[in-house]
Amino acid sequence: MIRALARMAVWRLVFAVPLLLAVTIGMFALAKASPFDPVRQYLGDRALTTSPEVAERIRANWGLDRPLAEQYLTWLGNLVRGDLGDSRSLHRPVAEVIGDRLGWTLLAVGCALVLMLAGSLVAGVLAAWRRGSWLDRAITGTAYANEAAPVFWTGLLVIWIFAVKLRWLPSGGLTDAAATTVEPGDVLRHMILPVVVLAFSQSSWLVLFVRESLIGALREDFVIGARARGLRERTVILRHALRSALLPFITLLGARVPELVTGAILVESVFSWPGVASASVQAALSADFPLLAALTLLATLAVLVGSLLADTAYVFADPRVRVLGVS
Amino acid sequence: MTTGTRTHPSTGTRDRRRGGRSRRLAAVTLAVLGLAVLLVPLVARLDQSQVDLAAASLPPGLAHPFGTDELGRDVLLRVVYGLRVSLLVGLVAAAVSATVGTLVGLAAGTLGGTADRILMRVVDGFNSVPHLLFGIFIVALFSPGATAVVISVGVTHWMTAARIVRSEVLALRSRPFVDAAISAGSGRARIVLRHFLPHLAPHVALAAVLMVPHAVWHETALSFLGLGLPPHLASLGNMINDGARSLLSGDWWPSLFPGLFILLPTLAISTLAQGWRDRTDPRRRSELQL
Repeated sequence: MIRALARMAVWRLVFAVPLLLAVTIGMFALAKASPFDPVRQYLGDRALTTSPEVAERIRANWGLDRPLAEQYLTWLGNLVRGDLGDSRSLHRPVAEVIGDRLGWTLLAVGCALVLMLAGSLVAGVLAAWRRGSWLDRAITGTAYANEAAPVFWTGLLVIWIFAVKLRWLPSGGLTDAAATTVEPGDVLRHMILPVVVLAFSQSSWLVLFVRESLIGALREDFVIGARARGLRERTVILRHALRSALLPFITLLGARVPELVTGAILVESVFSWPGVASASVQAALSADFPLLAALTLLATLAVLVGSLLADTAYVFADPRVRVLGVS
Repeated sequence: MTTGTRTHPSTGTRDRRRGGRSRRLAAVTLAVLGLAVLLVPLVARLDQSQVDLAAASLPPGLAHPFGTDELGRDVLLRVVYGLRVSLLVGLVAAAVSATVGTLVGLAAGTLGGTADRILMRVVDGFNSVPHLLFGIFIVALFSPGATAVVISVGVTHWMTAARIVRSEVLALRSRPFVDAAISAGSGRARIVLRHFLPHLAPHVALAAVLMVPHAVWHETALSFLGLGLPPHLASLGNMINDGARSLLSGDWWPSLFPGLFILLPTLAISTLAQGWRDRTDPRRRSELQL
């Protein structure tokens, strides 16, 4: 099995390298086609007072006067060595910005994933078990409405209810504005709303999927058999039907990473969460190519890792694949 | 998908009846919204951008059913105009991405072989960059505005249409009438134009319609982040962005109503499209509910 896994990982890597290369080329080409002049962008208001010689020197410093292919190769070479360049809007190395922020994003997204899985399983099972009841209709209806509602709007509603009206939780940020240190309790309080909103916004497809495939599984012969043997309803649903109904969901979950990234961008922006996803918006607003490029690459990497993890998990979850190997 | 297509007779009918009701409701909602978007700007003597500071931040009431924003502009009127702008951008963007997708799918399906493999890898590649981030990237590097938004939606949303068209073309290739056309001396261009396209049209149309809510969503998200349409334009995303600022002082109406007007048409369009697909292909019923 280990060998099969390794083979899969190697194949994925073989496909991932050209893909990542293509993404870098695409990004670089787009940046070059952009009407924005990075030097002007960098200078901002000072552009009017800076002498042309200084601007030229910056240009030469950044290597913007050299041929395109050479610029790309230099940039790629630096990238491979781990030098992601300097963020032009934050005036710090990109690697440092990402290092500071990545942890917060992973924390929020990780908690949201766990919450989303647990919540969707419960809601989906309840809906399938009580199919056609008011509970089912409420859960399915909420899921459809949630699917159609933009997550930033849901986030704002939640802020209005819980932060403005009820005053239970803070409306955004990582810590209280007055705080000078990062206390776990404070962060936890600030984390609740963004995590719940992200989990909720990502959950609708999973709720509907669990419901649908559990309803399908409940019609299968082995469930009828389990019922005929007089097993308790709970055992039939949770141990027999749910287990086989959930198999495809691992792959689906891996395929949902792009949506998760999208959700994280919007939720972090709404709640001013200091993660990498909201940094991409700030980078975009100031046309900060080095930071934006690094973050786009990071997100692409996350998508690839997500699908690899999903396939690995599938090997462990499906006994047929475990025994016979990856087809 | 293991889900069977057998439905319990009684629940099946009930589901169908409920489906019919919600489809009618969806059609009525869309019709009302469509009429409002088309007619209100013609009929209304009111100006949505009229600033009236004396009437700023009024809660919903008789004079302003959806209240007014912090500049005293009527939220209801702005929502109608915003929906008009967002729908227009969404329609154009959906048309662009459906066209690009159709061309790529046609090329992949018709040419086959290496071209097909390469094009499908390109589709995979585009799919592995998160759409919103890609969109942000494009808008950030080109000056934000309607064109940038349309391009950003077009570039990030054509892949679904390409997949659908390709698989339809692959299915069409083996149909006898294509063999007949070839033996009657038709060239590749004629087969594509006269035989494939008419068969593809309904699929492409459905994909395009389903794309509209996505495109609207994309535009709204970009505008909300300040990367979409220019701020003075009443688009739903810009309105939510504006409303977010007054939210902390307790004014919920400037951001609630624009969001509601994204939710309603999206739900209505997907309900109708789902109904249409259910009717044309009952086997995909279970898949659709995902």
